[in-house]
Amino acid sequence: MSRLTDANIAIAYEIIGRYPRPKSALIPILHLAQEQDGYVAQDAMKHIAELVGVTPAEVFGTASFYEMFKFEPVGKYLLNICGTMSCALMGAEELMHHAEKRLGIKAGSTTPDGLITLEHAECQAACTEAPCLQVNYRYRFKMTPGELDTLIDDLAAGKLTDEIPAHGVLATVRQRIPAERGVGAVAPEKVNESPQWLDGKPAL
Amino acid sequence: MSTTESTPDQVETEVVVDPNAVSLTINGKTVAARKGELIIAAADRTSDFIPRFCYHPRMKPVGMCRQCLVEVEGPRGPMMVVSCMTPVAEGQVVHTATEQVKKAQEGILELLLANHPLDCPVCDKGGECPLQDQAFSHGPGESRYVEEKRHYEKPIPISDLVFLDRERCILCDRCTRFASEVAGDPLISFTHRGNNTQVLTFPDEPFASYFSGNTVQICPVGALTAKPYRFKARPWDLEETQSTCTSCSVGCATVIQSSRDQVLRFQGHDNDEVNWGWLCDRGRFNFESINSENRFTTPLVRENASLVPTSWSKALEVAARTIRMAVSSKGANSVAILGGARLANEDARAWALLANNLGLTMHDAQLDDGLSTEVFHLPQATINDATSATTVILLSPDLKEELPVLYLRLRDAATKNRTRIIEFTTKASGLTRYAWKSVNYEPGAQVAAVAAALNDSEIANQMRKGNVVIVLGRANLAESSDFTAQAYNAIATAFPAVTVLPVLRRGNIRGAVAAGLASENNARSILTAASEGHIECLILLGADPLSDVPDLDLVRRALAGAQNVIAVDTFPTASTLRADVVLPAAAYAERGGTTTNLEGRILPLSQKITARGTSRPDWMIATELAEQLGADIGVESINDLTAIEVPAQALQVLSAAGISAPERNSYDLRLVVSRKMYDNAVSTVTSPSLAQLSIGAGIYLNPRDIERLGAPVGKDVKVSTSLKSVILTLHADESVLKGTAWVPFNQPGTDIRELLNANDLIVDVRVENLS
Repeated sequence: MSRLTDANIAIAYEIIGRYPRPKSALIPILHLAQEQDGYVAQDAMKHIAELVGVTPAEVFGTASFYEMFKFEPVGKYLLNICGTMSCALMGAEELMHHAEKRLGIKAGSTTPDGLITLEHAECQAACTEAPCLQVNYRYRFKMTPGELDTLIDDLAAGKLTDEIPAHGVLATVRQRIPAERGVGAVAPEKVNESPQWLDGKPAL
Repeated sequence: MSTTESTPDQVETEVVVDPNAVSLTINGKTVAARKGELIIAAADRTSDFIPRFCYHPRMKPVGMCRQCLVEVEGPRGPMMVVSCMTPVAEGQVVHTATEQVKKAQEGILELLLANHPLDCPVCDKGGECPLQDQAFSHGPGESRYVEEKRHYEKPIPISDLVFLDRERCILCDRCTRFASEVAGDPLISFTHRGNNTQVLTFPDEPFASYFSGNTVQICPVGALTAKPYRFKARPWDLEETQSTCTSCSVGCATVIQSSRDQVLRFQGHDNDEVNWGWLCDRGRFNFESINSENRFTTPLVRENASLVPTSWSKALEVAARTIRMAVSSKGANSVAILGGARLANEDARAWALLANNLGLTMHDAQLDDGLSTEVFHLPQATINDATSATTVILLSPDLKEELPVLYLRLRDAATKNRTRIIEFTTKASGLTRYAWKSVNYEPGAQVAAVAAALNDSEIANQMRKGNVVIVLGRANLAESSDFTAQAYNAIATAFPAVTVLPVLRRGNIRGAVAAGLASENNARSILTAASEGHIECLILLGADPLSDVPDLDLVRRALAGAQNVIAVDTFPTASTLRADVVLPAAAYAERGGTTTNLEGRILPLSQKITARGTSRPDWMIATELAEQLGADIGVESINDLTAIEVPAQALQVLSAAGISAPERNSYDLRLVVSRKMYDNAVSTVTSPSLAQLSIGAGIYLNPRDIERLGAPVGKDVKVSTSLKSVILTLHADESVLKGTAWVPFNQPGTDIRELLNANDLIVDVRVENLS
């Protein structure tokens, strides 16, 4: 959708300032973009490429490795139902069928009101609690179809707003680095130069 | 390479031991290697071939495909290592064909083939495919994989020239490494890493690299294919011969491949001194022009208003009569020859002999768009001298646009920290990113910019550290070349040890000049004489002054003023259509000989196909014309035409008029006119794949100037000098220096040359809204 806002550009510079090489800041800034739009927009990737001094293809190449970066708009809540072995044995498939029927969508798509995106997930490392699912990466254990209905009702009624933040606002990009430990904010035209503390020596 | 095997008694008698020499054993044979060399590179000098896909000797190893596994003996027994990532060591014992190694190599091949579609019968790579060949030589012969293979949309275009078939890709990282490491255009990248790793561009940004064709050549499977060659031939039907590209003066080694007497492909060939195996897309794909329908195939003479086909004897007779009458009525000064850089050395020599025999004094191989030929008499540097120099100074056009492979070489030197580049430029160039210092100047102010730089202690200290090579060429066609000469002189006076790599861009300009196709009268004085009616016969040797000479008005007047025009050319051009006699010349790949590159290196040109129609090599045309004229130039075959003298390096500085640029009115912008890789050059416009790639005419200003002028970006504006004006589309470009205006030369659309005058020192233009 869009490039980073001025406020987010300021945060992006701060993030870049933490690293000896601007492109090291790529992933935190991708989180920032996802936080802004709910997904990583094409224009945002181009903007990030400018900020850290790489090409958009390199940004896309890095971002597309990570399952949690979305490149198309997703609903406010991302429902990941695990389908790997333990969960599958404990009824994950039925759970998924139930979810599809209840929401009226297929796995991989979003409800028309934009509230929920349903996804099939691989192992979420909670095999003892099978079948499990995640709502915006918050666990729900030993789920039954009935519990799933309740969860969806609660999400729709806005009862879980405090517990589960909207999709996209998950990154910890706000951490502060004391000024004396940072490298210092780097203007985009300088991104290919060595930071001062490297004193002209190659970084690698 | 310095690694020939030494015999035992040589070793015994050797006194000085090379500290970098390493001796290892590969399959029981002793191999001499250099410290830091990789096992696979050392093994390549033996008869034992190690299979590989990702390893390429001109790129950094990545160990991506694991096909080159070998065993190295160690204290705990033999160990499997990747030979493209493991350096040689003294006393190392390597086995490349043990049972263990074979098992590993077969396993890797089975794995690589698991998802490969095996569509070899319809794949362009089939027959020259490393995957196919090595599956036969090192593969298990069968696969245990019976599941469904990965599927992707079959070839998707990733640029105007290159198609990508992701099903065939084995993820060797060669193309992506080439794009980022060699070309510096990382526009393709691995995406969706994991089970669905694939090479892709950014969704709406094509792989628009000037060097994209190289990825097709180095792809070890049929994943990348080039549009001009797709489904044209099978490799086993191709015949090939080694030659040299003459699209510009770098002199890249090429292989011309043809089938049924038609050129189908150029491939790069590795020349350690010149191109390292790479070609630019223009040089690689302009083979299409040879096959163009738009060629002269028979001699033409003007009858009444039109050019009509005729026989060679008739055409030569008319041409000879024209020349004879011109010489007898107005003297030898009334016959002029323009051009010659398209010719092979032998062709140029034959024409020079003819010119000398007739006593002609009006000939120039350049078209008023280069520098004085004095540059060839300055102390010379080679490309390798430049890439190993401590400092390289660029007083040149944008090398990425005009001499692309030289750009690759200098970029390599700069990125590997061998060389520091000091660039003087009017506009950010391809090398600006890699330059240690990039100094911007307004046209005409380069002398001041150079003087200021020489006074900078940091720059002066850098230049004192070691060798300095100046890359010297014509950066701006809208300014006097004397400014460049003055700037060079300033450096050469302060640092007399500098050497020069002259970058006059036309194919064989250096060979044509060495052969004698340059006289004391340059193109500008020849055209001026013609415009004043002093030229009875103007001979165009593969030259198209109507497209290439910066001062368009002068050319128009010259062609109108010349009584007769004889064109010796391959393609119809604006200028040849004005000719009275057209003698069709054989095209590239249709004639042999030699060519001289910008360093003065003499390189082979090979004939691969028969000349189209009745066209002939230029030397033959000159020889037969000489015979018609009764001039004995002593040439009976091309073998009589080999001597090309290397010019004495007698000059230290160039002659330059003591001019200085006038002040610029603050309402005006100073004009920069320079070339892009794809323009209206005849070999580009007659190649369908390349013709569409020109950016088109337009004027490019710094965004701050646009803001100041309040002019509309993307709309037409009026661009005027005090005498004339043209309409051009306005574009914003950060790389254009504030206070200047950049216009690409010789592009489809409005011709900026309407505003250029050969006698102007610089050109200032005013940009105004149309409404």
